[in-house]
Amino acid sequence: MTASSAAAVRPRTGEALDPDAAISIRGLVKRYGDFVAVDGLDLDIRRGEIFALLGPNGAGKTTTVEICEGYRTQDAGAVHVLGENPSDGGRRWKAQLGIVLQSGAGDSQLTCRELLQAQASYYPDPRDPDEVLGLVGLTEKAKSRAKTLSGGQRRRLDVALGIVGRPTLLFLDEPTTGFDPEARRQFWSLIRSLRDLGTTMLLTTHYLDEAEALADRVGVIARGRLVEVAVPSALGGRETAPAVVSWHEDGARRSEATSFPTAFVRELAGRFQGEIPELSVARPTLEDVYLQMIGERS
Amino acid sequence: MTTTTRTGVVLPSLATVYRTRASVELKEFFRQRESVVFTLAFPVILLVVFGAVLDYDIGGGVTFTQYFMAGIIAAGILGASLQNMAISIATERSDGTLKGLVGTPMPKSAYFVGKIVQVLAVTVLIIAILLAVGVFAYGIDLPSGSDWFTFLWVATLGSASCTLLGIAVSSLAKNGRSASAMVTPIALVLQFISGVFFQFSQVPVWMQTIASFFPLKWMAQGLRSVFLPDFLAAEEPAGSWELGRVAIVLALWCVAGLLLCVATFRWQDRSAG
Repeated sequence: MTASSAAAVRPRTGEALDPDAAISIRGLVKRYGDFVAVDGLDLDIRRGEIFALLGPNGAGKTTTVEICEGYRTQDAGAVHVLGENPSDGGRRWKAQLGIVLQSGAGDSQLTCRELLQAQASYYPDPRDPDEVLGLVGLTEKAKSRAKTLSGGQRRRLDVALGIVGRPTLLFLDEPTTGFDPEARRQFWSLIRSLRDLGTTMLLTTHYLDEAEALADRVGVIARGRLVEVAVPSALGGRETAPAVVSWHEDGARRSEATSFPTAFVRELAGRFQGEIPELSVARPTLEDVYLQMIGERS
Repeated sequence: MTTTTRTGVVLPSLATVYRTRASVELKEFFRQRESVVFTLAFPVILLVVFGAVLDYDIGGGVTFTQYFMAGIIAAGILGASLQNMAISIATERSDGTLKGLVGTPMPKSAYFVGKIVQVLAVTVLIIAILLAVGVFAYGIDLPSGSDWFTFLWVATLGSASCTLLGIAVSSLAKNGRSASAMVTPIALVLQFISGVFFQFSQVPVWMQTIASFFPLKWMAQGLRSVFLPDFLAAEEPAGSWELGRVAIVLALWCVAGLLLCVATFRWQDRSAG
């Protein structure tokens, strides 16, 4: 529990906002009519980390992110993003953010390069548009009009528009929807290189493998509350959960759940005098613990 | 709590961002075939057809084409401002363009500056094309002397009021298509009852009264004073061009349009909360 216990320290409603955090949220509440979308959420996101927010549709992910981005105002609670209240954030504050919305940008008659050049001109210290096109793998589409791009290319353009302003904090709301597996891998390496440059990222995603591959910490949100915050490998206590050892013996598949898989495998190896037929040792996947978590709440 | 604000950061100047937005808006308009055909080519086609078909004398040796010149320019301004703004802004609101822009450090004024430059460019272009076709194909008499000044202020006030109205109307529509479905028939009806396609004096009085509530009638009337000889002012409902009233009504619509814009403008789709 050593890695996870530090990560699992969570702020509580009523505690002061963390002035050193990139994003600090206390007791956040947002209602739409009778529906409570966010119900007392507390969270600190550290500078430089990639934080993934997981949760089913309607759990409050996008509402939380859009409050941090300044698009919506909360009904209760306090939020500081880069030290400012998002609803008071001016141009200087916005210049430090990069936002990739779930809905993406609209149809445009402009080319990819023209759109990035226009976007870059709003920021004090932008990246070179052509360099950004290269980062998202759209160099060949530089002179293509945005409206002629495929779904996955459009999404990469959205990401390009989000990072061209050289943000210190990047919001990514389901950024890889519509990506093929190769494009997703390329996107992951882009995100890692941005992290190496010190960019803080708040990512929402439906893809658990994405959260596991990218995030320093994940938060699971269900019914407007954070159910758990942990490093991906420790979510739901899965690093200490019983492992399932399975193998082939006497013409049948056999399996055993054990908290001491190493000892058990050593014992099996002694019994078989060498290779254990079709051996596998599996911990609960992130998906297993995730589904269990959101299942308990619904 | 401003420890993280980089106070040394120099934001781009307003002029830089305004230039960017103007360039973006011009490209968006002129690269879209539908908007170019609908807004620019359609009035020209109407002028060509009406000029060829309805070439009768409306009195005193003045052709209907000379009369129609004023009306089609007014309709062209309406298309370049009200219809263009209502449809393009409704589209940009529903497809997330506006939401994306307001998340950047772009000053909000820059968006409207870009739109105004677009309307201005399209309006000047359409007036130039209509005048050129009128003069070279149909021998239209160009305005002279102080008529050019009247032309300038009527077109400017008319364009400003219709631009503001178009921005306000965009908030009523769910998307570009519904904005088009809403605003196109209204524009067409207004054109019929405001003295664009027929002489205003031939329009039934109750329809004239309805038309008087909207800017198009006053724009067309002001432009008739520019293109028609003064003896035809006797044909107008008031027996004169009423230029003072034209200015007042259009100015009032500017104020009303501006108030409506301020009250109704949204950067996000309503359905998005």
